[in-house]
Amino acid sequence: MTPQQIFESLKSRFGEAVLEAKIDAFPDPWIRVAPAKLREICLYLRDDGEMLFDVLMCLSGMDYRAGKLGVVYHCDSTAKHHRIVLKTEFTDADPHVASVESVWKTANWHEREAFDLYGIVFDGHPDLRRILMPDDWRGFPMRKDYQVPEFYNGMKVPY
Amino acid sequence: MGLLDQKFENSNIVITSMDNLLNWARLSSLWGMQFGLACCAIEMMATGASHYDLDRFGTFFRGTPRQSDVMIVAGTVTLKMASRIRVLYDQMSEPRYVISMGSCSNCGGPYWEHGYHVLKGVDRIIPVDVYVPGCPPRPEALMEGLLKLQEKIRTESLVRKKSA
Repeated sequence: MTPQQIFESLKSRFGEAVLEAKIDAFPDPWIRVAPAKLREICLYLRDDGEMLFDVLMCLSGMDYRAGKLGVVYHCDSTAKHHRIVLKTEFTDADPHVASVESVWKTANWHEREAFDLYGIVFDGHPDLRRILMPDDWRGFPMRKDYQVPEFYNGMKVPY
Repeated sequence: MGLLDQKFENSNIVITSMDNLLNWARLSSLWGMQFGLACCAIEMMATGASHYDLDRFGTFFRGTPRQSDVMIVAGTVTLKMASRIRVLYDQMSEPRYVISMGSCSNCGGPYWEHGYHVLKGVDRIIPVDVYVPGCPPRPEALMEGLLKLQEKIRTESLVRKKSA
């Protein structure tokens, strides 16, 4: 299926939850969806006979500045040989999005990384804790407004 | 002073000082601790392997801090790793030495400004005897560092205690 067809299929099925698409985006066309319906959309993408997106290639956290956070999903179908990028956005006041760990197991550690570095909370994740930073680390280092601490456990951090 | 084994002359007797004897023993078998943190560790492995052959200097790697004399901090010291390095250093028995290998463990390296997770120099948590510059240092540079450490040990004395 072409990205346009995927977008139209999602639009007819999920309506308002599918916000916009940029089909001519380089390098990958993307579709922006509402965080509330994200898991249902992913399930549909994985299971529908025309879609069969069986691989989540990458899941990335994003900070778009001005209090907007997001998650980007790169999906691929080894059966149908097509791919699509899903995006979703929300505010840092309520950084919640449904976990897709139950859809693609790959998402488990990716979501932990996005939580670790951006503070995005994936509802329904079975084991949401830091994966790279120490457990007692404060703050989310990849946020644009992050300030490096002076000290960590008595060790000076800045140069 | 040359190595003691070059001092044998006619008979099987060498007269030397206790300092010389101990220093000779220590510097001739500097067992390294087998642990690497980043790309510098690859160079360290290459230095230990047959092509560069650290065994020539009496250095080979042990899997435990209890049997190690020298800790080669080879790679980026993250803040998460720093406390582990401190524990490993504390577990080494004295006399113990530290070689800081590469820019990262010397001063933070390329992470000096934006590395929120990197300790800017391993000397902030443990005393360092020899700094080996490079990113990463070539095996020759690491061997030079070891030889420098040997020179340093050669000047040690039981009476004058090693600092740190």
